[in-house]
Amino acid sequence: MSELTLAADGWQVPRIPVGEWVETGVDWLEDNLGAFFDAISTGIVETVDAIATVLQWPPPWVMFIVFAALALWLRGWKLAVGSVVGFALMDGLDAFEPAMLTLALVLFAGVIAVVVSVPLGILAARSDRASGIIKPVMDFLQTVPPFVYLIPAVSLFSIGVGAGLVATVVFAIPPGVRLTELGIRQVDKEMVEAGEAFGSPPARILTGIQIPLAMPSIMAGINQIIMLSLSMVVIAGMVGAPGLGAEVFEAITRLQLGAGFEYGLSVVILAIYLDRITAGIGELSPVSRALARASA
Amino acid sequence: MTPAVIDASFEVNEGEIFVVMGLSGSGKSTLIRMLNGLLPATSGRVSVDGQDITTMSDRQIREMRQNKMSMVFQHFALFPHRTVLQNAAYGLQIQGLGREERLEKAREALGLVGLNGWEDHVPAQLSGGMRQRVGLARALAADTEVLLMDEAFSALDPLIRREMQDQLLSLQAKLGKTIVFITHDLNEAMRLGDRIAMMRQGRIVQIGTAEEILTHPANDYVAQFVQDVDRTRVLTASSVMNKPAVTIGAGSGPRAALRLMREHQYSALFVVERDGTLAGVITDAAAAEAANQGADTLRGILSQDVAAVGPDTVVSDLFAPSAESVLPLAVLDEDRTLLGVIPRATLLAALGEIGTADPGDAANAKEVAADV
Repeated sequence: MSELTLAADGWQVPRIPVGEWVETGVDWLEDNLGAFFDAISTGIVETVDAIATVLQWPPPWVMFIVFAALALWLRGWKLAVGSVVGFALMDGLDAFEPAMLTLALVLFAGVIAVVVSVPLGILAARSDRASGIIKPVMDFLQTVPPFVYLIPAVSLFSIGVGAGLVATVVFAIPPGVRLTELGIRQVDKEMVEAGEAFGSPPARILTGIQIPLAMPSIMAGINQIIMLSLSMVVIAGMVGAPGLGAEVFEAITRLQLGAGFEYGLSVVILAIYLDRITAGIGELSPVSRALARASA
Repeated sequence: MTPAVIDASFEVNEGEIFVVMGLSGSGKSTLIRMLNGLLPATSGRVSVDGQDITTMSDRQIREMRQNKMSMVFQHFALFPHRTVLQNAAYGLQIQGLGREERLEKAREALGLVGLNGWEDHVPAQLSGGMRQRVGLARALAADTEVLLMDEAFSALDPLIRREMQDQLLSLQAKLGKTIVFITHDLNEAMRLGDRIAMMRQGRIVQIGTAEEILTHPANDYVAQFVQDVDRTRVLTASSVMNKPAVTIGAGSGPRAALRLMREHQYSALFVVERDGTLAGVITDAAAAEAANQGADTLRGILSQDVAAVGPDTVVSDLFAPSAESVLPLAVLDEDRTLLGVIPRATLLAALGEIGTADPGDAANAKEVAADV
């Protein structure tokens, strides 16, 4: 009888302790592989420090020239002028130093994310089974709110650069994988057949035909990786990652509207510059250059 | 799953253009891809030079493709990131040839297809016909005996297609490759093919020369298929000519010639030697004059004004000489042996038959004739 009454009251799905499971899992990792994660964390801190030291070593005006030269080579004089103005403005806001720290984080996270995501994308493009596993994982990684990554990252790597960087890498990987897979799968089947018909082995078809032809798409993926890295590196300021993110976070906690705006503006300048530059690198790929020649 | 190709047995002879003709969905693309192992055959054998490729390892198949078979694709399949020269050199690069040597050979192949001066362009800068020439050069540069051409000219517009067909034929006359050519265009098949295999629903329904297929279609499907073909471009002089029933030996006299002409109501006769070669033509006027002067041989009064054609001349090329010549056309082989004659009436009658190839029309025609 009592069960019936229960049913009438309204039966509820019992509490499922997913959160506890995750906690237990992360605790287990911490207890058993703590030394491993510490080592990674130390490695990350040192690498980022090294990159940041290089970027911050010359006086800012030298960096302006470097950035402008890069912009001139990849995109043209408009971006070169724009970048000098933008970075000078940043310096005028006293944000250049933290911006270089942020840039160091973005570069390091971006490189790792590319190194992980491009091979994964190639694997997914070549095997339907691998794609069947990788795709849902990427969907999951991409839809989890970015803040949520920070919690396990902090548990494993403790507050600081390590946690911020790992969360950034995980957040930035999905578009790289997706666009690489898409790019390779979209290569005209007849091209691949042409390679096969002349007796080319699969590895050579991959390196000589599929990857070059997928390059515009892969480069779009790398562009996305860089942009997502930047946004996540800023968010990671909440867990102690240094740079513009930390400054913005401090401004938020102290309700300093002016400072928050200044550092926010610096993030925007850096974002625009990185976006244009990575798009410019994409145009260096042989396919893009061939097409550019044809329309010239 | 329905197999795309079932029960397709054929042999391609060395140095011939073998055309596989079928509509879309007939399995011809699948068939050609089984020849070089791009698609595995579920059963049966594909042998190249006596080697069965269905039992080869991947490595062996790759070697076979590198050394024996190259392919030309419908949509060209050129690599957009390589220059024309690099595209043409692709097969050689895979074969492992050194840079200088392969670029040299690629340059030669581009010369063969008439693309000198375009080496450093990229495919996107070329027109469709030129792109397919690069595709052809890439296959020729690989220097394989066998050339697989998958709807190679189907994506080109009709004028360029025709040009490419001519170029292929003249290259073939020079190079003597063994070519398997896939097409859905019957006229193209008839123009290019030494032999043609007609495919339908994965089966080969008939294999034969263009003329065999036109004159003896294996079934209604083939008959219907070929009914719209311009037969005058396929049928040859030998298939419409009459046996030279009334000729006269070169040793006979003018009186005998005149008598023969009177008998058959002809105004001229073909004069043949004993071995069957054509000596010339004797007209009634010339014979009568010779008879009056008391000559006793035709030699010396023969006219050489004969419109002669070869047995393989297509019917469409007979009209002009026939119109210009008073006498019937003489069909001569290489030794000038008189194989047959084609009077204008015969040519017109042949044309009439060609026009009414459709069995239904032919039946109607007979009925009308009976009514009259």
